[in-house]
Amino acid sequence: MTSNLLNICRRGFHTSSVRQQIIQSETPTKRICIVGAGPAGFYAAQYLLKNLGDCVVDIVEKLPVPFGLVRFGVAPDHPEVKNVINTFTKTAEHPRLRFFGNVSLGTDVSLQELRNQYHAVLLTYGSDQDRELQLDNEQQSHVISARKFVAWYNGLPGAEHLEPDLSGRDVTIVGQGNVAVDVARMLLGPLDALKSTDTTEYALEALSRSQVERVHLVGRRGPLQAAFTIKELREMLKLPNVQTRWRSDDFSGIATQVEQLQRPRKRLTELMLKSLNDQGKNSSPGTKQFLPIFLRAPKAITEGEMEFSVTELQQDAAVPTHATERLPANLILRSIGYKSSCADADISFDSRQGYVRNREGRVLKVDATDSVDAGLYVAGWLGTGPTGVILTTMSGAFAVAKNICDDIASNALDTSSSKPGFEADDKRVVTWDGWRRIDDFEMETGKEKGKPREKIVSIAEMLRIAGV
Amino acid sequence: MLVINTCRNTARLALRSAWLRNNVPISSPIASRTFSLGLALKQQDVVNVTFVRANGTKIKTSGKVGDSLLDVVVNNSVDLDGFGACEGTLTCSTCHLIFKTNDFEKLPDKPGDEELDMLDLAYELTDTSRLGCQITLSKDMDGLEVHVPSTINDARSA
Repeated sequence: MTSNLLNICRRGFHTSSVRQQIIQSETPTKRICIVGAGPAGFYAAQYLLKNLGDCVVDIVEKLPVPFGLVRFGVAPDHPEVKNVINTFTKTAEHPRLRFFGNVSLGTDVSLQELRNQYHAVLLTYGSDQDRELQLDNEQQSHVISARKFVAWYNGLPGAEHLEPDLSGRDVTIVGQGNVAVDVARMLLGPLDALKSTDTTEYALEALSRSQVERVHLVGRRGPLQAAFTIKELREMLKLPNVQTRWRSDDFSGIATQVEQLQRPRKRLTELMLKSLNDQGKNSSPGTKQFLPIFLRAPKAITEGEMEFSVTELQQDAAVPTHATERLPANLILRSIGYKSSCADADISFDSRQGYVRNREGRVLKVDATDSVDAGLYVAGWLGTGPTGVILTTMSGAFAVAKNICDDIASNALDTSSSKPGFEADDKRVVTWDGWRRIDDFEMETGKEKGKPREKIVSIAEMLRIAGV
Repeated sequence: MLVINTCRNTARLALRSAWLRNNVPISSPIASRTFSLGLALKQQDVVNVTFVRANGTKIKTSGKVGDSLLDVVVNNSVDLDGFGACEGTLTCSTCHLIFKTNDFEKLPDKPGDEELDMLDLAYELTDTSRLGCQITLSKDMDGLEVHVPSTINDARSA
């Protein structure tokens, strides 16, 4: 133990005396491990550090770099959304928090090991898999997931070789959530605006050669069930040189229902109706087109086309009819939701729904008893499924962190024995200082190109810059 | 004057980065006393504001004319979890505040589309909801009391 501590200190984990004091303290410190350095992990850490005075929080992250979907999901032309990184950085630099990057649950460390080393383990590693259409030909190269496309332009390690084929005129996006709209905006928006963002160089280069002129955004249900939020739609409507064209048939009977809707849905529907009424007024040839299409369910994939069933709404559910429609689709982007993967066999995982089985963030036991597995928690999309904005994740993470505090206070969680915390041994771990070196390097490289940063995409390169 | 301003800005930046580095909360009254260099706020520029948490506890604080309500929270390190995540850039709704009807109606600027778009994603949305980052303090707001919605919600019910 002592030599291990010395090693940790030597490797530069803890430079301040405060940190050493805490780590070396012999009183049983409450040790909590958070797996995944995205928004859910950081918000939970923030709450725990504030409300649990005598705890140490360790964040273990698979990648060498932190921030999860804030870095790899948030669209590069939404840099303001990434301001939360400032808050996360303050949390990360709290004297009672340690960051262990490049440590993968299930590969570098098992859940059982973490549970032996900590009083509580909180899983927040998110959703990294796609829901699939379950159609023939879905594995063809012109069918890719919107999640991978986002990962590609945002520089997620491993996504750089996607090579989306942008040589055709028509892209059909299946799904109408904000990810789908982000992708449509990236495909149709002016390239010059992206050059001053942290979009990866290879993506900028590929987008500069793009021949895409029309993006179809197809949903199974109607305008009243549209999944995108109003901010994202308003942004599309304001894009220069892009016309949004709605199908008036999709909106039959909608106007009369507007008054009964709750405010958010009402304002969104009013914006769609206004845009529908305005369309054609300023039509100019040669502009690109954004084409939201409702009441169509995916049916078949063919070369250059996608076939949809015409649907009818029954109690808010889309039911396919016998009628079909074919849409041109040189490239098909699937955006019908994410699911999580099971990182360790000891996690009680619902593989059909793709999330960790839990009650208010308390993970259930692997057996079928439906009882809580004391000391194991889940927050963020891994526990709730992939829905909501950052506010949703923040509130959810605070709530789960509060449950951890409550369980400790009520002794539902035994913290009387001493726990050692994560031992890096000879693993190549990226500390927060290591991330700072990567961060500085990326910002410096970006400066030369007028970008906020140029992201490093190769893990080997990240480790080299971090100095491990 | 320019020199003084430059000094003040440098000092403020140094203070800010020291704060970011050490994460030691520095209470704002001390900060303004130290760095105002005799240019202390005139009393009439001070606007008293009370934030009422969801559990009813009141936080009395103050800002100066021209500050936004988000500035007031940040400058006084008002203890509101997760408040102002996007730092006032109208891309989140974490600075959602609920006004009394009278106060709401007296606000000089009505919310724009972009603010309403973000408010639509907030919890506990009311007809007198605004984003704190969009409200600029004026002298006649002295004594303002605003309600802060609960930050802990069950995400699954959203």
